Amino acid sequence: MKSHEYIEKRLGVLAALVVVVISFGGLAEIVPLFHMSKTTTPIEGMKPWSAIQLEGRDIYIREGCHVCHTQMVRPFRAETERYGHYSVAGESVWERPFLWGSKRTGPDLARLGGKYSDDWHRAHMYNPRDVVPESNMPSFPWLFQNTLSGDDTADKMRVMQTLGVPYTDDEIATARETVRGKTEIEALVAYLQGLGTVMKDR
Amino acid sequence: MFNDSLPTFWSIWVAFITLLVIFGCLWLVMVVRRSEPFKEETEQTVGHAFDGIEEYDNPLPRWWYLKFLGTIVFGLGYLVLYPGLGNFQGILNWSSTGQWEEEMAAAEVKYGPVFAAFGQQSIEALAQDPKALEVGGRLFANNCAVCHGSGAKGAYGFPNLTDEEWLYGGSPEKIKESLNVGRMANMPAWQGILGDAGIEETSHYVVSLSGRAHDEALAAKGQTHFQTYCAACHMPTGEGMQMLGAPNLTDDIWLYKAPNLTVLESVKQTLRHGRQGVMPAQLPRLGEDKVHLLTAYVYSLSQQ
Repeated sequence: MKSHEYIEKRLGVLAALVVVVISFGGLAEIVPLFHMSKTTTPIEGMKPWSAIQLEGRDIYIREGCHVCHTQMVRPFRAETERYGHYSVAGESVWERPFLWGSKRTGPDLARLGGKYSDDWHRAHMYNPRDVVPESNMPSFPWLFQNTLSGDDTADKMRVMQTLGVPYTDDEIATARETVRGKTEIEALVAYLQGLGTVMKDR
Repeated sequence: MFNDSLPTFWSIWVAFITLLVIFGCLWLVMVVRRSEPFKEETEQTVGHAFDGIEEYDNPLPRWWYLKFLGTIVFGLGYLVLYPGLGNFQGILNWSSTGQWEEEMAAAEVKYGPVFAAFGQQSIEALAQDPKALEVGGRLFANNCAVCHGSGAKGAYGFPNLTDEEWLYGGSPEKIKESLNVGRMANMPAWQGILGDAGIEETSHYVVSLSGRAHDEALAAKGQTHFQTYCAACHMPTGEGMQMLGAPNLTDDIWLYKAPNLTVLESVKQTLRHGRQGVMPAQLPRLGEDKVHLLTAYVYSLSQQ
């Protein structure tokens, strides 16, 4: 038990060894996926979020939508019957950070795009009870007042570009003007209507 | 393009680390067991004390040791049966999507004939069949109630499906068309053309069509605007046109009557900004069988 005592009495050694031990999981489960084409290739026909959708996505994150809504249809019949085709890795290649979520208080949103009309989304965000009486989702009335400045949009896209999202320089150059003055609800609805629409078959 | 498997190096990497960890644990527990100075529980302590708390220096309990070995056997057995060691798929050849496909195939065997039997009957016949309506009702609750309400009575901006009045027609064929390909209404905004006064006058005329309280003088002026701009879609009589989904304005049903506004004010709002009501297409989401049943259910709502 000499070696045990040696480690236990030296905090730095202990910490280093703890890191080594817990990194085994990541080395075996995460690192190899960087080298698997299924997880690194976008699915056919996928386009990056447009400037307005990217802003909408940030509003989605800001309002904490991902805390109650997942974006991950699992391969169970009960889920695919309700939501559509199960999610595949290639759909999340450009998702930074991914918004798969870990708990469903509300329904999964991975295939929300096109399911309801824009009007419905607006009514629902303004006051969910107006369209779904039993809903316990919060209201988001300020989204209808706040407008986007677009000041950071190009920077956000440039960061995404650095991370491998194929934005063209043209798209980045015009980002500010396409976004500026739009209301937050417009951006959010544009994002929601684009969710999971590339995979159409079910 | 999509390769499900890992490159050989990474496959070996995963298998190596996985087995290293398992056998490393086995080695550790063996070494610890062998180096134990006492084979029985005694009063002997390890010799250090923290705040007067001491620690017995007893061997690993036998039950704990055996359980630990059991988990290693379980883990190795699991890796033989299920995927885990790199690209080795396990002798059961199990995958989560494979399990899903089996689930779907089993459901098809069970429910396929039910839907096929419904599919051969006419909408009119299904609308009388309580079994078909039960299934249709479930489909409605899952897919349609979010906009049209659980009782299909509609809401602000979403049509009531239980009455006799239809925007795009209430025959089985028309209902099915609405479900299959969706609907996209487009009433333009008139603020720019009519101006404030024109909006005021036209809206008085519009509410007069269903016999609501209105200002005679304004409505008379509004009639001219109506005949010029609105009659093309809503017809000169204001009775609407189902081909375009232009609502009948004489039936005193107000799809866009806002909860916080009067009918007159709501009409003004509509005239100023236009309306773009959208019904999403259901065929791509639900498939023919389910749309057929839904059509029957929706059709039955106005037949009672």
